Amino acid sequence: MAQGVWIVAEQRDGALRKISFELASTARKLADQLGTEVGAILLGSGIEGLAAQLGKYGVDKVYVGDSPVLDPYITEAHAEAAAKIIKEKDPAILLLGASVQGKDLAGRLAGKLATGLATDCTEVKIADGKLLAIRPLYAGKCFGEIVTNTNPQMASLRPNVFPVAEITKAAEVVKFDPGVDAAKLKSKVLEVQKDTSGKVDLTEANVIVSGGRGMKGPEGYQILEELADVLKGCVGASRAAVDAGWRPQKDQVGQTGKVVSPNLYIACGISGAIQHLAGMSSSKYIVAINKDAEAPIFAKADYGIVDDLFKVVPELTSACKKLLA
Amino acid sequence: MNIIACVKQVPDTEAQIKVKADGSGIEEGQIKWVMNPYDEFGVEEALRLKEKNGGDVTIVSVGPARAMETIRTALAMGADKGIHVCDPAFDNADAYVTAAALAAAIKGMPCDIIFCGQRAIDDDSGQVGAILAELLEMPQLTLVTKLDFAGSSVKAIRPIEGAQLLIETALPCVVTAQKGLNEPRYASLPGIMKAKKKPVDVKNAAALGIASEAKAKVAKTTPPPARPPGKIICGDEPAQKAVEVARLLREEAKVI
Ligand SMILES: Cc1cc2nc3c(=O)[nH]c(=O)nc-3n(C[C@H](O)[C@H](O)[C@H](O)COP(=O)(O)OP(=O)(O)OC[C@H]3O[C@@H](n4cnc5c(N)ncnc54)[C@H](O)[C@@H]3O)c2cc1C
Ligand SMILES: Cc1cc2nc3c(=O)[nH]c(=O)nc-3n(C[C@H](O)[C@H](O)[C@H](O)COP(=O)(O)OP(=O)(O)OC[C@H]3O[C@@H](n4cnc5c(N)ncnc54)[C@H](O)[C@@H]3O)c2cc1C
Repeated sequence: MAQGVWIVAEQRDGALRKISFELASTARKLADQLGTEVGAILLGSGIEGLAAQLGKYGVDKVYVGDSPVLDPYITEAHAEAAAKIIKEKDPAILLLGASVQGKDLAGRLAGKLATGLATDCTEVKIADGKLLAIRPLYAGKCFGEIVTNTNPQMASLRPNVFPVAEITKAAEVVKFDPGVDAAKLKSKVLEVQKDTSGKVDLTEANVIVSGGRGMKGPEGYQILEELADVLKGCVGASRAAVDAGWRPQKDQVGQTGKVVSPNLYIACGISGAIQHLAGMSSSKYIVAINKDAEAPIFAKADYGIVDDLFKVVPELTSACKKLLA
Repeated sequence: MNIIACVKQVPDTEAQIKVKADGSGIEEGQIKWVMNPYDEFGVEEALRLKEKNGGDVTIVSVGPARAMETIRTALAMGADKGIHVCDPAFDNADAYVTAAALAAAIKGMPCDIIFCGQRAIDDDSGQVGAILAELLEMPQLTLVTKLDFAGSSVKAIRPIEGAQLLIETALPCVVTAQKGLNEPRYASLPGIMKAKKKPVDVKNAAALGIASEAKAKVAKTTPPPARPPGKIICGDEPAQKAVEVARLLREEAKVI
């Protein structure tokens, strides 16, 4: 019978990504309820040394597929390697990150394993011995509870939502042959253009200061950059601002942009259109700064300031600077 | 080139979504239906490839009778023909079954490239493209923002967290479209007239020979958790309000 709660750990350039620890901690909780083990699949080249770190977050066994053919990430190669060990060991539950790579791999794996997958979940639990995966639908206008009748029951978890819990534990490392034939791969990464700004991606940021049409132009974002710097955060934007060419596409938050879950989201000069809310309403705390007291964003905000953002934001920056000094 | 674009009909983004009292789904009565916005990027890219390299564009959609409108919209944009997979057996399809239906409809057709949206804005699984690629044994390129056709392969740009990848993939392959790929055209009036005469093949589950047992099931649909009402910060001066919010973020919310 299928047993065990497994994760697919995510690493890039020889370092585990934070989502891997979120996955491990969540899997630990589920496994404890089921009285079973946590397994992790770790794929890449020269990454065996990372396996131990996963133990600290509750993983019992790390299945390491270490081969040059697994670096850089190519969907076909990773899906084939992961499917091989999954078919061999038959876990009951499989969790991945709803990151770009995790989502890319999850769909392919669900296809290979002919099983059900719940994408971008914000809560997972065990009910009647099975995985119950809860996910926002219709841009957060409702939630669905998903049950899968085939194994492994798959879910991808929204980054930054699930807490990380450290425990002291040593993971057992099990090496396996990924069995991927490089000659058969049809895709090749030709180039990786790294963002050199030194900022993390919006989906991984703890604090996001976001600006909309109320910023009046690209220059307006200077004050948001300053606030974001003080809070060690990133700057996001509404679609109105992106479409106007004030900010790059990668900064767009919302239904046709990124879905983000920072601890703190500060919306400046953003009205709060439903498509924008779709991308940020799972943020833990929301602050809205808007001169229109009727703006729908205030209905979502924990703290609202009705005023001119060009006056408020610089004051907020200096107030935060003082508190953090 | 033989190009295929998969389109899903979804509720307009402005639509009010109400959960049925018994939690079994949403009320469909008042909804205005449109083409999934990401599929517009896919159809547009398909049309551009055809305009540059010749060939034809086939639209495939799985959905109830109303999905025909969305197929016609794509034909009005310039696609040549459609396949409508329509069967009550697919009403509770999950992403796997949907992809299996698409794969069955596409299998046997000459095909160089298949476009999907990166995700459907209603159920938001973002997996149909990848499952379809797996079932058709094709490589996949998800979240593509730029595509260059190079004969027997394509070169694509995919943004990932903190970087962009330039990837080359052999054809045939599945591409899922992300915003930024292009600016979709509107259907012209003559286009709409012509679309009415373009052929659309309607197929049911039996004709495709596929089983429709969903693997992932929706046990329940619930309204979103209510957010506790927020505080509007009062004060005479912007500075005063800003200081108060900073204090609350530090002491109450503990997020800075
Ligand atoms: C299919 C579809 C997908 C979409 N996807 C997205 C998406 O992914 N993300 C997204 O954001 N939008 C999306 N939209 C667009 C969305 O509907 C809104 O048009 C958009 O979010 C509006 O952006 P905004 O809030 O910046 O601008 P506006 O709605 O124009 O709001 C500007 C706000 O700034 C305030 N303001 C102006 N000056 C000041 C000042 N000096 N001080 C304080 N406040 C000020 C105003 O009171 C106003 O509330 C989508 C729309 C569609 C149809
Ligand atoms: C409340 C609710 C919750 C659900 N949760 C899940 C779930 O967790 N897991 C699951 O597997 N299914 C789930 N489903 C079912 C699933 O949404 C549908 O089967 C759907 O057809 C495929 O998923 P998607 O719309 O999210 O597509 P996505 O994978 O997001 O779509 C990506 C692209 O695939 C193509 N595509 C998708 N559907 C069609 C179609 N019908 N015809 C043509 N092209 C299409 C389009 O190009 C689209 O842009 C759920 C349905 C409901 C109502």
